[in-house]
Amino acid sequence: MNAVARIALRRGGGMLVVMFFVASVVFAIIHIIPGDPAGVMLGPSATAADVAALRARLGLNAPLPMQYVRFLGDAVRLDLGQSLFLNQSVGAALLSRAPVTLQLTLMAAGLATVLGVPIGVLSALRRGGWLDQAVTVLAMAAASLPSFWIGLTLIEYLSVKFRLFPVAGYGPPGAGLLVHLHSLVLPAIAVGLPNMALILRLTRTAMLDVLNEDYVRTARAKGLPPATVVIKHAFRNARTAVLTVVGVTVIGLIGGAIVTETVFGLPGVGNLIVASVLNRDYPVIEGALLVISGIYVLINLATDLLYLVLDPRLRD
Amino acid sequence: MARRSSLGRRLLRQRMAVVGMAVLALMLVGAAFAPLIAPYDPEAMDIIHRLSPPAAAHWFGTDDFGRDEFSRVLFGARLSMITGTLVVVFATVAGTVLGLLSSTLRWLDDLLMRFSDALMAFPDILLAIALMAALGPSLLDVVLALGTVYTPRVARLVRGAALVLQRTQFVEAAAALGAGELRIVCAHLLPNTFAVLIVQATFTFAAAVLTEAALSFLGAGIPPPTPSWGNMIAEGQQYLDRADWLIMAPGLAILLTVLALQLVGDGLRDALDPRLRGLT
Repeated sequence: MNAVARIALRRGGGMLVVMFFVASVVFAIIHIIPGDPAGVMLGPSATAADVAALRARLGLNAPLPMQYVRFLGDAVRLDLGQSLFLNQSVGAALLSRAPVTLQLTLMAAGLATVLGVPIGVLSALRRGGWLDQAVTVLAMAAASLPSFWIGLTLIEYLSVKFRLFPVAGYGPPGAGLLVHLHSLVLPAIAVGLPNMALILRLTRTAMLDVLNEDYVRTARAKGLPPATVVIKHAFRNARTAVLTVVGVTVIGLIGGAIVTETVFGLPGVGNLIVASVLNRDYPVIEGALLVISGIYVLINLATDLLYLVLDPRLRD
Repeated sequence: MARRSSLGRRLLRQRMAVVGMAVLALMLVGAAFAPLIAPYDPEAMDIIHRLSPPAAAHWFGTDDFGRDEFSRVLFGARLSMITGTLVVVFATVAGTVLGLLSSTLRWLDDLLMRFSDALMAFPDILLAIALMAALGPSLLDVVLALGTVYTPRVARLVRGAALVLQRTQFVEAAAALGAGELRIVCAHLLPNTFAVLIVQATFTFAAAVLTEAALSFLGAGIPPPTPSWGNMIAEGQQYLDRADWLIMAPGLAILLTVLALQLVGDGLRDALDPRLRGLT
């Protein structure tokens, strides 16, 4: 077996272990509910018969270890159970809302990377100059803003005052591609901006490290054009660091999307989660926790493997 | 003592960190003396003067119940500062204990680290909101939830720093002289992780302020009428077209606080740099 396959296999195994712990955490969260979870889920107005029925349906009468084993078994089979309020399985509920969140996250990630990486590189090249200082302070400010507040401010100025964008509401793909993308632009900026700041700052640091290396000085000394030095010599070696950052940002992007969807009334997973928390629809919360952390762990695995492609030194 | 004063001097040499400290000090004073400074009771309604724009009588205007926005921002600062402080204490104490245990007891290490991997596989806000759904809406629950979210990061950092320290000569010398594990942990590892901890504490504080705001904004944190910057923005959301001060005032308060904390954190990291090298 070659080195890459061996490493991939080991990382894959590690990922399964982490997912086992993730599932245990999710199980624990539902069981720290004080008192009877079924009673809490149905609220104070529920009858004793309703509560008993729900207890039976959720298998809460079994001993805790049994419930744990059953929970893990369901998770392995990707059976996330039934929503308490939606008359829909949790899997179907998540799946029907996933496209909006996926698009929002991808657009925000694209925006954050397309702006963050080049500005970070430029900032590193002009280290200490006015551009660098301005960029550093602005990036820090952007990272200090909650995405929901950026969203509201964008709505206030660009939608309410200047009517450039829809105030809220979602243009489904059926309403035409332009309407659809138009309704996602402001949310993507709101989610992307704080993450752009993060990508920018870490790209700058990675580039500064590389620019101090001897081979960069050599490349410059032998008279290569500055752009060639930056792109072919410096950035090539900062790539793995940038990849790490983009991987880390994914989790921030998903978090931002969860909060921002409610601001713009986008029918995505975030909106579903917030509604489920307010309704105490625990099966949906459990399912969302499992699926989102699973996606994150998979992305981490993918970035780990991408390192091996980008940096042959890691293959041994 | 000499080391500490030189740390202070190094910190004061950084302009941005000083600005951050000044803003933070202002916030802390505002939060501590909110009942004395606030011109109105933050929960007193005055329907006749509802949604009036910022003016001399109401610096930041009034909200939909005619409550004074400036007083509410001040009391919101109080809530954010208390939450941030308690979360930092929780995460730092729990994280330090777990990190040191993990670095010393090999059999526990794998378990604790996989557990922290699992907790860090959720976005902050998602884990916090799920914990809040299970716990209940009160300040203490918010602290418990956010403390749980931010403990693994501290634990990892302390573990990493302790593992590096364990391989240093002075710790090996102490062990060779017959110091027990407990003594090495308390007398040698713990004091030397201080630098890492204090920098992390500033960033944890900033993250806790942001996540608390998001929780309260979504209705899963501090419930109204108690003013929190997050729930104030949620209430102001309906009056976006008529009363923009209702989201601007608490929003700018969040921006100032978090930015100040980041500036101080960066300044501390740079001032402590020689001792942080290799530990983070």
